[in-house]
Amino acid sequence: MERPLTQHIPASGVALHLKEYEAVGGYAALRKVLQELTPAEVTAKVKDANLKGRGGAGFSTGMKWSFVPANVTGPRYLVANADEMEPGTFKDRWLLEGNPHQLLEGMIISAYAIQATQAFVFMRWAYKDAARIMTRAIADAYAAGYLGKNILGKNYSLEMQLHTGVGRYMCGEETALLNSLEGKRAVPRAKPPFPQVSGLFGKPTIVNNVETLSYIPHIMNNGGDWFKSLSYTADGGTKIYGVSGKVNKPGAWELPMGVTMRELLEEHAGGMKAGFRFRGALPGGASTDFLTDAHLDVKMDFAGVAAAGSRLGTGTMVVLDDQTCPVGFVHNLEHFFAQESCGFCTPCREGLPWTEKILYALEQGHGTYADLEQLEMHTKLLGPGNTFCALAPGAMEPLQSALKYFREDFEQHIKEKKCPYAHH
Amino acid sequence: MPIINIDNKTYEVKEGKNLLEACLSLGLNLPYFCWHPALGAVGACRQCAVKVFKDEDDKKGRIIMSCMEPVKDQQRVSIEDSDAKKFREQVIGWLMTNHPHDCAVCDEGGACHLQDMTVMTGHSYRDYHFTKRTYNNQYLGPFLNHEMNRCIQCYRCVRFYKDFAGGKDLDVFAAHNHVYFGRQQEGVLESEFSGNLAEVCPTGVFTDKTLKQHYTRKWDLTSAASVCQGCGLGCNIIAGERYGALRQITNRFNSAVNGYFLCDRGRYGYEFVNSPQRIKTPMVYHGPSELSNGIPVLQHIHRRMKPGKTIGIGSPRASLESNAVLKELVGEENFYLGVSAGDHDLVSLALKVLQQGPVRAASLQEAAAADVVLILGEDLTNTAPMLALSVRQAVRRIPVEEVINTVHVPAWQDAAIREAVQENKGPLYILNVQQTKLDELAKGAWHTAPDNIARIGFGVSHLLSDKMPEVTGMSEQGKAIAAEIAEALKHAKNPLIIAGYGSGSEAVIKSAANVAWALHDLGIDAMLAFTVPECNSMGLEMLGGHRLESAVDRALNNEADTVIILENDLYRRLNQHRAEHFFDKVQDVILLDHLYNPTAEKATIILPAGTFAESDGTLVNNEGRAQRFFQVFSSNTAVQESWRWLLQIAAANGHATLSSLKHLDEVVSHIAVTCPVFHGIDTLTPGAGFRIAGQKVPREPHRYSGRTAMQANIQVSEPKPPEDPDTALSFTMEGYRGEPPSSMIPFFWAPGWNSVQSVNKFQTETGGPLHDGDGGKRLIEPHPNGQTPFYTEVPEPYLPLTEHLLLVPLYHIYGSEELSVHTPGIAERIPAPYIMLHGEDAKRLQVANGHRLHFMDNGHHYTLPVIINNTLQQGAAGIPVGLPGVQIAEAPQLIKV
Amino acid sequence: MLSAIEIEQITHELQQVPVKKAACIEALKIVQQQRRWISDESVADIASILEMSTAEVDSIATFYNLIFRQPVGRHVILLCDSISCYVMGYTEIKQQLMELLQIKYGQTTADERFTLLPNACLGTCDHAPALMIDNDLYRDLKPGELSQILDQYL
Repeated sequence: MERPLTQHIPASGVALHLKEYEAVGGYAALRKVLQELTPAEVTAKVKDANLKGRGGAGFSTGMKWSFVPANVTGPRYLVANADEMEPGTFKDRWLLEGNPHQLLEGMIISAYAIQATQAFVFMRWAYKDAARIMTRAIADAYAAGYLGKNILGKNYSLEMQLHTGVGRYMCGEETALLNSLEGKRAVPRAKPPFPQVSGLFGKPTIVNNVETLSYIPHIMNNGGDWFKSLSYTADGGTKIYGVSGKVNKPGAWELPMGVTMRELLEEHAGGMKAGFRFRGALPGGASTDFLTDAHLDVKMDFAGVAAAGSRLGTGTMVVLDDQTCPVGFVHNLEHFFAQESCGFCTPCREGLPWTEKILYALEQGHGTYADLEQLEMHTKLLGPGNTFCALAPGAMEPLQSALKYFREDFEQHIKEKKCPYAHH
Repeated sequence: MPIINIDNKTYEVKEGKNLLEACLSLGLNLPYFCWHPALGAVGACRQCAVKVFKDEDDKKGRIIMSCMEPVKDQQRVSIEDSDAKKFREQVIGWLMTNHPHDCAVCDEGGACHLQDMTVMTGHSYRDYHFTKRTYNNQYLGPFLNHEMNRCIQCYRCVRFYKDFAGGKDLDVFAAHNHVYFGRQQEGVLESEFSGNLAEVCPTGVFTDKTLKQHYTRKWDLTSAASVCQGCGLGCNIIAGERYGALRQITNRFNSAVNGYFLCDRGRYGYEFVNSPQRIKTPMVYHGPSELSNGIPVLQHIHRRMKPGKTIGIGSPRASLESNAVLKELVGEENFYLGVSAGDHDLVSLALKVLQQGPVRAASLQEAAAADVVLILGEDLTNTAPMLALSVRQAVRRIPVEEVINTVHVPAWQDAAIREAVQENKGPLYILNVQQTKLDELAKGAWHTAPDNIARIGFGVSHLLSDKMPEVTGMSEQGKAIAAEIAEALKHAKNPLIIAGYGSGSEAVIKSAANVAWALHDLGIDAMLAFTVPECNSMGLEMLGGHRLESAVDRALNNEADTVIILENDLYRRLNQHRAEHFFDKVQDVILLDHLYNPTAEKATIILPAGTFAESDGTLVNNEGRAQRFFQVFSSNTAVQESWRWLLQIAAANGHATLSSLKHLDEVVSHIAVTCPVFHGIDTLTPGAGFRIAGQKVPREPHRYSGRTAMQANIQVSEPKPPEDPDTALSFTMEGYRGEPPSSMIPFFWAPGWNSVQSVNKFQTETGGPLHDGDGGKRLIEPHPNGQTPFYTEVPEPYLPLTEHLLLVPLYHIYGSEELSVHTPGIAERIPAPYIMLHGEDAKRLQVANGHRLHFMDNGHHYTLPVIINNTLQQGAAGIPVGLPGVQIAEAPQLIKV
Repeated sequence: MLSAIEIEQITHELQQVPVKKAACIEALKIVQQQRRWISDESVADIASILEMSTAEVDSIATFYNLIFRQPVGRHVILLCDSISCYVMGYTEIKQQLMELLQIKYGQTTADERFTLLPNACLGTCDHAPALMIDNDLYRDLKPGELSQILDQYL
């Protein structure tokens, strides 16, 4: 089984240095691209592989690049979204800390494809090790001629900068990230115009996830058919999956796209801890709908998880066990989302704290059936399109599915006027 | 034009608009908060949600925000869709979670957009039962009250204050449901346009503090359409009264003039009307007290008016009617313009340029549409504030036109457009004697003496057209500046050249005229804007009269015994010592004015003249636009319009032509007939006989309350309401309920729309003209085919002199205008008197900030504290003009220190 | 007043951006690095060097979680309160910490040694519960080991 993204990351997790990376074929793809391919050919190759964004939305990467207008002069930007802050998600950290040059190489090739003049790694503040490693890697790449003026002696130049954030989940949303990179409040922007047309400083910009960009060198080296062959399903490639919660071996693994939840849970995560029963899981981070044991055979690719009523999201699963209160679980999530709302649009700014307060009241034994109706109302009205960006709709996914799958728990809180799990 | 289908009816709508604008323009009710016609759309509040359907077969549709959706041909839209309605109702539910529901004690007093929208969506049951978050409020200065707990976070305040008006000290803080709109630390809001927040805010966060201090609900005001008296731009206002006091000024939308906004002098400078300094009764000094009233005072005046020995002094702050009647009463040869020599020269020159030249005067809205702006010798923020706001809009707008083609979004997509535009600004060039607030927007801003400004202006005009005189001996820097400006102007389509009274220099106005005319010669559709000092400076100049100085000479030659002074303080017009001589010489001084002032001290007879709020009249603004203002309330004192006093004097005198005139319509028609330059002013508004459905237009809304009770402490029976024989307005709530003619709208209200937002219902389209056109009539039009005249006298360059300082006038939005300083809020903002020096001059004179500088002017001594400002032309000394306590004669001129 | 080192670092950042305002977040980080928090005076200083208004700078400073606009202790404890940590025993860790330090969230110990703050997901969910003290990440926390961890910070 191939694990192109993580095969060279040592078990210790210590980062691959430039020489080590080169020794395993690093920067060969870049060399080849600059020698042999036009920017359009690079984009075509990525399109051909049908690489879908690994940040959560799953949009075709090649397609995204192709929206950058060809005839606009002036600066263009490429940004690696390393602001991994989706609760339950820790996959990009692995790549950032373990193989920084793979990301850089992917970024340089991607930047070349869109003819970007400047690239940024937008990294979340908490990733202190990753930031240190990336700083060193960028310096090494400059020193080796992979960055800067006339890369590898060719007629392409690129500057690269690391930006570490100051803490806002919103920065994971690409347009809010761009605002933050411009030194502003990380509020999302209206689309259209899309960042490809008017992005950073109003210039054409592509924002891609770390995992997505890390794949680019491999696609350049091995081609689209190879990429597709890695997967179990129609969505090509491998995917970094993760599991956290009361399992025996929480962790992250690079696996063929489309492994089942069962395989993930039982084979890789080692099954539930003794004394705990699986009740459900958020398959792709905090902003995805619960799946339950009825869904254990769902294939974890974009289409498969969607068909089961959730989203693949980041592919990192948070497990709900039978001794954790689902109401408390969802309360924790809604607290997070309410706190991280940027405060720009009404439904999100006002609706999320309301749901948080209802859930807290339920946990405290003060909830009513009317409160459940209020929660239902929010899950319906905080939908995509109703809010300015996807934060609140994402926040409603675990809530609506919890109300669906764990309704009896909610009602028990009301009937018993207390949290039945309170002894924990 | 696209055809769209809304709830199964088809409508033709204007291309390029968003769906919300289209719906509102069609008269449909769709609630909104964050969108504003002048600010565009950002999609924050989510209140204007509607459903759109792909096609006829699409029954599900999807919710979109109508403000963010461009209209498309064949679009299918539903406002009434139950999902959309439910969502809109819930948006209010969300907004109301933290709203304090303190409507009973809120200054909005029901004239609240939030309340209207709440009712419109049907949200009537509050089901949020948790605690509310609360905020601390801030002290924001004398103009605005801050109550953050009412905030619904629509972001309109920061978008207006920061993005639109360029304010620096109001912003949004924190995040999620803690966002806070205010200052970084509490303190006086710095923007000269801050008062607009009270109208921009859809609820009671920012409210008019002056109204709060004498609070009344807005529908309990008696209001009338009026014109601002604060400067020469003639912004349209609505003034409201209750219990005999003027209580509030709000914007009166005029798409050609001030649009949606006012400056703070205009909005807050009204309280002089309520001043304890008001002259309320006629007074006759040195005579029996029974003379002081009614017929006796008129007869007394009649006796004092000796033929050939009576002169009249008009006023740039009095109505055209009052000035014209005075002129006719005393005779043309005895009528003097009550303005300083400097102002007289400047305004008459500006008028001449506009009347005789081929280039038209720009309205405020035309100014906002200019593509290159050149400002010569004006600190607009202080001399004509709303023109500064227009220039700001021009500068913001120009790059927008470039980016909409690259990012493919319409101009109303405010946030997206601003992102694409970044810091790009349209070409603005400023030459002034010191820095101005607009400098930050300028491609080039240079600070030099008025004569040097004129030289560069002349230089620009010569570069544009060989016909214009060459400037000899120009410095290299001057040449470079002129070349840069000329280059930008050459490529313009509709450039705007601004000059006026601010520099105090005729040469500057002439150079502006030359630039505009040279552009016109090149076939470029150039515009001119000349600032004028007072609300009727232009009207007075058009009426014409002799120079004030010659009135003084006449008195000194014993050729004037009696002077009738119309709404004027001659101590602001003449050198103090000249004024003293004048008053010593004349035997009778008959003053008609509002407030006791130094001239009143010299008067032998004083007649209480109505302010704009107690008068009907006409003003002509800086572009030559005549506009009518209506009386707001009838004072139960002897106060009446100056023109009415003067007509009564004329009647007592048995004046040949004036005796027959009694009412406004007669006076206006008389002026229109006798002064060709004012032709058409009798059509500005419908006359007194105008009726709709047989009814007058009420000054009071139908919800006006307390009418029978408000006088009960005096008399239980309701007094007979005052009649208004002069206009088609009634002083009560009786009258026609529907929409009045635009020129006389006393208040904006429509069913379901109790706030100022109801103006939508009076417009042909959102942000567009009022239904039957915006009020006002331009009296000056250029001669497009006339020979382009031009000025040839280029001044010598100004060079600092060691023994002298060049006194230059500096104007202040708060302080330089005569009447507004009698308003407590404005008075608080007036700077202390000072003299401004360049650091090098201060060093040479061995003075520092705060030191007192002593100097002489015309043999008189002055002492003022020094302010050092290194942007000031070296060798110049800036003097604040018109400030209470700063009496100074003409500037610019040389003074000895 | 900004120190020489702060000015030098901010000036360096200014060279990286097309408009001065764009360096605002970097400038806030630089000053916070030196002073632990951003005072009103620092807001004004940053505004002045970036040619922004104080309101504009504070608008940004107050938006972000990790720009501290109030004084903090010598060490800032950021306890992850997100979902995986919640499932894995965050509540006990929180209670234990609050007892040890005798402070609540948002507070600083009397000796100014620690400030305790909740923090959104630290991205180490497979090793929950977790916290950070300054730049150090602690994972797989057990209530019993907290006091030993705290002892390392003076």
